[in-house]
Parts: sequence; structure tokens; C-alpha cells
Amino acid sequence: MTRRTPWGALLPPLVPAILVIGVLEALVRGDVVPAFLVPAPSQIARALVDEGPSLYPPLAQTVKASLLGFLIAAVVGVTAAIALASSRRVQQAIYPYAVFSQTIPIVSIAPLLVIWFGWDRTALASAVIVSIFPVVANTLAGLRSTDPALVDLFRLYGASSGATLFRLRLPAALPQIFTGLRVAGGLAVIGAVVGEFITGQGIGGAIGVAQQRQRVDIIFAGVLLASLLGLALFGFINLAAWRSLRSWHVSESRH
Amino acid sequence: MASGETLVPRRTRSSAIELVAIERRFDDGVEALAPLTLRLPAGSFVALLGPSGCGKSTLVRLLTELDRPTRGSIHKPFDLKMACVFQDPCLLPWRTVLDNAALPLELAGVPEAERHAATKDALAQVGLADAASKYPAQLSGGMKMRASLARALVVQPTFLLLDEPFAALDEITRQALDDHLRTLWKAWGFTALFVTHAVDEAAYVADRAVVLSRRPGRVVLDHPLDLPSDRTTALRSDARFAAQTGILRNALAESGGAL
Repeated sequence: MTRRTPWGALLPPLVPAILVIGVLEALVRGDVVPAFLVPAPSQIARALVDEGPSLYPPLAQTVKASLLGFLIAAVVGVTAAIALASSRRVQQAIYPYAVFSQTIPIVSIAPLLVIWFGWDRTALASAVIVSIFPVVANTLAGLRSTDPALVDLFRLYGASSGATLFRLRLPAALPQIFTGLRVAGGLAVIGAVVGEFITGQGIGGAIGVAQQRQRVDIIFAGVLLASLLGLALFGFINLAAWRSLRSWHVSESRH
Repeated sequence: MASGETLVPRRTRSSAIELVAIERRFDDGVEALAPLTLRLPAGSFVALLGPSGCGKSTLVRLLTELDRPTRGSIHKPFDLKMACVFQDPCLLPWRTVLDNAALPLELAGVPEAERHAATKDALAQVGLADAASKYPAQLSGGMKMRASLARALVVQPTFLLLDEPFAALDEITRQALDDHLRTLWKAWGFTALFVTHAVDEAAYVADRAVVLSRRPGRVVLDHPLDLPSDRTTALRSDARFAAQTGILRNALAESGGAL
């Protein structure tokens, strides 16, 4: 098999990025695309520096809301999935509503969140609500697909249901739990920013203000920061997945 | 599901394991076992031979108490310590060989130091002392099966139930494990029931072979193998061995099992 080096993995996605940045810069500078609609990459970079005071304090709020939201979604989501997996009846009774809750557009209930949780916690609540479902769904799928032969083995050795859960079903579900967490990480940032559009705080709020000022460069800078935050969270979850699965699961082992 | 108090496997003072007229009929009407009676004296090595679908797996599930007979009873000694080895090694991929083999002790609440010592001993007995810190994905099929065997040995079983344990392995590995199993049996003195559909393997590892009929399974032949106690590879091409396997083959053919 081919050896993977950090550079080898980074290079392929860097090529289109450099290409797009170069073409965009040329198009804007050559007045093919008006700068008030699409800013040149260099203008976005300048906004990231010059508009720091209107971007970074809000960014800190977004980081806090999405990280905390993700953590709450992870803990509550896994716990809820364990509860659902413990009884088929409970699962049949509750799960359809969990699916139904996914069809409610978060933007439409954001005003409610402000009333219920207050301005300062709306982004957090929104992040939790948006990111919890993939954690529940994937954890549940993982818990339900334990190898029956291994379940028999644990029964044979007289394992309690607690021991079966913590020594067999949860570890076996770990790859799927991480799949849920990866999706949840990206969604937590999206949820937080959506909440911030309503409250005017955080990076969502900063983007709203920039829209009123017709500053597309700041909007782009804000979008870039929010994406980088999502990317960082995704990378962190991947690292955790790699650390805990590399020794045994095909998804993370590269020999 | 079976009902009635008398169907619960009883543990008697007799040191033999006895299946008395057990039947198993499934909810869909399929009869897996006809009245089947079988006695496994303490310390004996019995091979259970049968065509596919003769109820061998059902019998295994009844012995492991993962299932109950519809009728009849199973008598086990009070102090029976059972361990099982299946065709699938059933190792937990996220655990090292050591932690896999130690699982039964861990589930029984044996303290870590004590259980590691016992497990290392068992791993040495199956020839896996050097692989203790490896993960199942790093092992060959034969090594996985040895790890599975070590996991069975850590509980110091008085009864070892082997359900087609080496069926998925290549010929050379299988023969090596047959030899190894026989050595372990002699050293440990447990009662062994070796379920298989391979005539040669049954004759080679066991002292007695029981042939089952097609479903519903019943005993068509209960045959003490007339072979020396020490088995070596040379025996496999011996005329005495051929005579014994011939008897088993005939019984299988008459029972309606295709070979």
C-alpha cells in the first residue's frame, strides 16, 4: 500500500483552492466581476485583519456556543440512544417523533428559542437542537447492530446487561457513534450561526451587520471564519476517532 | 418457547453430563431433535458427527442454555464449569489477545493482576505467549482460534464444548490444532464434546464418536473408537484409522447424510 504523508494528503485539495483563489482574484481585478458583489480574495484577507474588532469577539461567542452545543448534543444524544436501544417498545414509541422533529426548520423556531432561553442562550440551544439527531440516529444504529454471536458469548459468561453495554455494545458501536459526531460537529456550527442571525450576536450577527453596510468582504470573511470553525471541529473529532479506533477498525487503520 | 419447571436444566451430583430424551420443536413446527439421549462421562472425549441440518447447532444451544428443550431434560454436575469454542472465534476486535482471553474472568469480577496471570498462563498453553498484546486483526485464522481456545481455558473448565471449531481453517492448521487440543485434554482432564461434520477429524481427536441422523436428529451410532490413546500424524494414514473412519462413514451414509 502507498505510504501516506501529511503533505501527500494535503496537496490534492490545495490545488483547486489555489486555482479558485487565483482565478477569482484575476476576475475581480480585471473588473470582469464587480467587487461590490464578489470581493477579491485579497480584500477578504484585508477584512480579516482590518475588521478584526467586529469579527473576532463575535467569533469567540460562536466558538463557545457551537462547542458547548456539540458537547451537550454528544452526551445527551448518546445517552438518549442508549435509553432508546434498551427497549424495543420505547424505541417504537419515541423514535418517530425524533424523526418528525427533524422536519421542523430551525429558523422557524428560532424566535421561540429567544423567548424560552433568552438572547444569550439562543445560539447554544439552536446548536444543540440541530446537531443532536445524527448522534442519536447513528448511535442507535450502532447499538442495534451488535454481532448476535458476541451477545450470545456475553450471555454464556453470565454478563450483566451493564457489562454487555459497556464492554460490548458501546465499543462495537464506536465507529458509528463517531460518524454521528462528525456530522454533528458541522451542524453545531450551522445551528449556532442560525441562532445568532436572530439574536444579532456572534459571527451570525456580524454577518447581518455587514449585510446592512453592504460589505461583501466582511460577509465573506465571516463565512470563512464560520467554515474554519466547522472544519476545526471536524478535524478534532477525526483525531479522536483515529486515536480510539486505529488499532482495530478498518475505517481508521492504514497499514 | 418451552414451558414448565421440569425443563430447566438440572444439575445433579452425578459427574456425567446426561441428555435424557430431549426434543426440540421450534415455533414454526420444525423438529430439530427427536428424542435424543446421550451420556458424557466425566473426562471423556466425545465427537458428535452429523450431516448439515441434523440439529447439531440446536444441541449446542441447549447445552449452553441459550435455548431450552421442548421435552426431556439435561443433567449436569453441580460443579460443572463449562466453556465453549465456536467456529467463529468471536474475539472483540478492540481488545488485545490478552484482554480477549481474560474476558470471562473480567466478567466474573476476578481482580486484574490475578486474571492477567491466569490468562498469560492459558495463552502460553495454546502457544500464543508472544502475541498477548496483538489485536485480532493482526492474527491469522489459526492464531485467532488459539486465542479463542485460551479464552475457554481461563475459566478452568470441567466441560469444553467445541462447535466445529476448526472448520474454517486450512488443513495443516486444523491438524496442528487437533493435536494441540488432544494434548490439552490429556493435561487438563476436562470432558470434551467436539461437534463436527468431518469424519477424519472426529476419529482423530475423540475417544468415542456419536453419529446423528438427519433432522430430527437422533443417535444412529454410538461408537468407541478403537485407536491408541496417543495420536500422531502417522495414525491418519494407518489401516486401523481407515477402519474406524469407514464405520463412521457408513453410519453417516445410512443416516441419510451426504458426504
